[in-house]
Amino acid sequence: MDKNMVTNARELTNTEFFYGHKACAGCGGSLAVRLALKVLGQNSFVSLPPNCMSAVGFLFPQISFVTNAIIAPFAANAAVLSGIEAGAKALGLKDHHVVGFAGDGGTADIGIQALSGAIDRGDRIIYICYDNEAYMNTGIQQSGLTPYGARTTTSPAGKNLPGSIKMKKNMFEIVAAHGISYAATASIGYPEDYLKKVSKAAQCESTSYIHVMAPCCTGWGFPGERTIEIAKEAVDCGLWFLAEYENEKFTLNRKPSSFSPVKEYLMKQGRFRHLGDDDISIIERHRDHKWEKMLKNWDS
Amino acid sequence: MDRPKVVKYKEPERAEDYPVGATFKAGHLVQTNSGWRTFRPIIDQDKCIKCLRCFLVCPDGAIDKSGESLEIDYDFCKGCGVCAHECKVGAIRMVKEGADEDGR
Repeated sequence: MDKNMVTNARELTNTEFFYGHKACAGCGGSLAVRLALKVLGQNSFVSLPPNCMSAVGFLFPQISFVTNAIIAPFAANAAVLSGIEAGAKALGLKDHHVVGFAGDGGTADIGIQALSGAIDRGDRIIYICYDNEAYMNTGIQQSGLTPYGARTTTSPAGKNLPGSIKMKKNMFEIVAAHGISYAATASIGYPEDYLKKVSKAAQCESTSYIHVMAPCCTGWGFPGERTIEIAKEAVDCGLWFLAEYENEKFTLNRKPSSFSPVKEYLMKQGRFRHLGDDDISIIERHRDHKWEKMLKNWDS
Repeated sequence: MDRPKVVKYKEPERAEDYPVGATFKAGHLVQTNSGWRTFRPIIDQDKCIKCLRCFLVCPDGAIDKSGESLEIDYDFCKGCGVCAHECKVGAIRMVKEGADEDGR
């Protein structure tokens, strides 16, 4: 194995690069940012579009990023990253990483054209999407990555609708369809796997993309101490998956022999608690369909 | 303990004291987060096996692994309880702020 790979807590530096931020107690997104920066180190240039992490990291006169960091326009995070990389190249900088952290809305809805352009150009940037399944920063509005049945302020649950009525966008496959050199899905419930994927992305000479599931205790409605448990359970019940795309091949990193009950996972969260058995069976059917396709077409 | 420290913030008095443009020094902390806590985590060092799980999953990075034993930076711990919930050997307990180590 490569010596630059960080795969566990022992190999991880003790130095913090995202510290003293004002995120909610038990925030999953801040853990995703913290761990990624610990792998990438001090020589990172960070760009964030408006999302929770830019709201809690930049509070004048307090700045929680120990590395260089900038807030990009919402739609242009990947374009700003491309610009930083071009600037670093012009200055002759070596041994640095250009990394962007965007939420699910900033990646799958508002920022998708800039991301698509950056992947197309093949700029050497790392794009990390921390997916908390709604626009949490502005008060929990539905995004393209909000799953079926989730209650948000713009998809309220009531007599006629079960909350969000559409499934998650297949962001990972959309990115892979560009022919990107490295893309992966991860979860903060499996932090070692996430560290490994960030290390891999750091060594990539072209654009890389990591989609990390990061539960939001405030928006999802569960106690803060359960963040890691919920993230892990999302993978175990099959509603999220750990996979990689490189050399034009999809690989499943984790293939559960059986899924844990979806209902248990859903009922732990306030946003799903209104769901009846009909809705849960819709979610299960969709999961089974997705896994059938993945197991058939992807390596494992 | 090797964690960033809070620095005293000097209110700008003159126009020149304000930062130029929208740029500012990185890693500049002026406020702690300790006031957020209702419960504080306490590590039982006898039970701790130094698996570093708590260090890995702390969303705030408030657990320091540089010393002989794991230390918590109580200036920046928000008391979310992820460490206590994830500890596999039950070496971390949450104690109400204001109570002593036995919770009284």
